[in-house]
Amino acid sequence: MRYIDHHAHMASRTTDDYAQMALTGCVAVTEPAFWAGWDRSSPEGFDDYFRQLMEFEPKRAAAAGMQHYTWLGMNPKESDNREMSIEVLRRIPALLPGPTVLGIGEIGLNRVTTNEITTYTEQVALAAEHGQLVLIHTPHLEDKLKGTRITLDVLRQFPALPAGHVLVDHAEEHTVEAILDGGFWAGLTLYPQTKVSAPRAVDMIEKYGPERLLVAGACDWGPSEPLAVPKFIAEMRRRRHSEALIHRVVFENPVQFLGQSPKFRLPAGVTAAAATQAG
Amino acid sequence: MNRQPHPSPLSPVELVDEYFIENRNRIVEVAAFLDRLDRADASIARTDYRVRALADAIGVLSSTSPRRVQDIQLLLSDPTTEPRPALDRKGAVGAWARPEGGR
Ligand SMILES: [Zn+2]
Repeated sequence: MRYIDHHAHMASRTTDDYAQMALTGCVAVTEPAFWAGWDRSSPEGFDDYFRQLMEFEPKRAAAAGMQHYTWLGMNPKESDNREMSIEVLRRIPALLPGPTVLGIGEIGLNRVTTNEITTYTEQVALAAEHGQLVLIHTPHLEDKLKGTRITLDVLRQFPALPAGHVLVDHAEEHTVEAILDGGFWAGLTLYPQTKVSAPRAVDMIEKYGPERLLVAGACDWGPSEPLAVPKFIAEMRRRRHSEALIHRVVFENPVQFLGQSPKFRLPAGVTAAAATQAG
Repeated sequence: MNRQPHPSPLSPVELVDEYFIENRNRIVEVAAFLDRLDRADASIARTDYRVRALADAIGVLSSTSPRRVQDIQLLLSDPTTEPRPALDRKGAVGAWARPEGGR
């Protein structure tokens, strides 16, 4: 089954991972800018990283027969550093017209500090001002509930930013309802140890239905799984859900959300009509 | 929230057939972890907030709440609402250090 992984840190992955994803039906990935696992020492480090996301990764993806799009922003883990954040944000508007840049992301909170909230709020304002889609990271583990609440509170201060243009990612059972109730898209991140397992993601689809729900692997430099989405598909089949429902979650939904950017093109050979049918 | 649930077509018995073994395994793993801690130092179950949180979560497992996952997620969450004034460390640990005996 064709699928789209809307949150894949391919810069951390090998060419073999691209090939495996393509072999399992992945036709497009979108890659949010994130923390490398260590702090960059200068804003110029971000220049190079953004160039990698905008120029190098699309070539690697194309070699595997996949589309590659990106999101630019100051990641939550480094966003407490205000000096660096101001420099990085200054660079973003000039990069937004890039042909594969879908919007601002992944932005949001990590330890829910006042500095992080300031940087996050500035980036939401930037997205609203430039009419961009937004991809938001919500904090891990014990910080997720509090961080998600504040994340949503800030979004509500920007009525110019339509809720349907915002994806609040890494939702779990205790945050997904508030995100969906706000009219936002909710992303379920399939991680082997934290976030959501495939069976729990299927549980949430069963409980809330597929509307405005997305799943992704978020494969990065930590324990994570490039083939998380096909494993989710297998779990949906194990639960004996219809192919039409599975297709809706792993293909039609991302097309609907990402397609709000005029830069997002359907993969070659897929028409808009076919995109909304089981396949 | 006005949303359309999509229940699994599997019957209750089929759900048990499908998921019993892996969940049996999980609960044995938790028991083994607690025994391992006891062998190391039985008092850690009282002194380490993460192990205390786990014990509270185990209590939720035997409740009849229809929202056990949410209940456990909340129990493991920071319930405060004020931002941290400064960054203390980069990462979360998985449980909130609530005062001993407090909720
Ligand atoms: Zn990410």
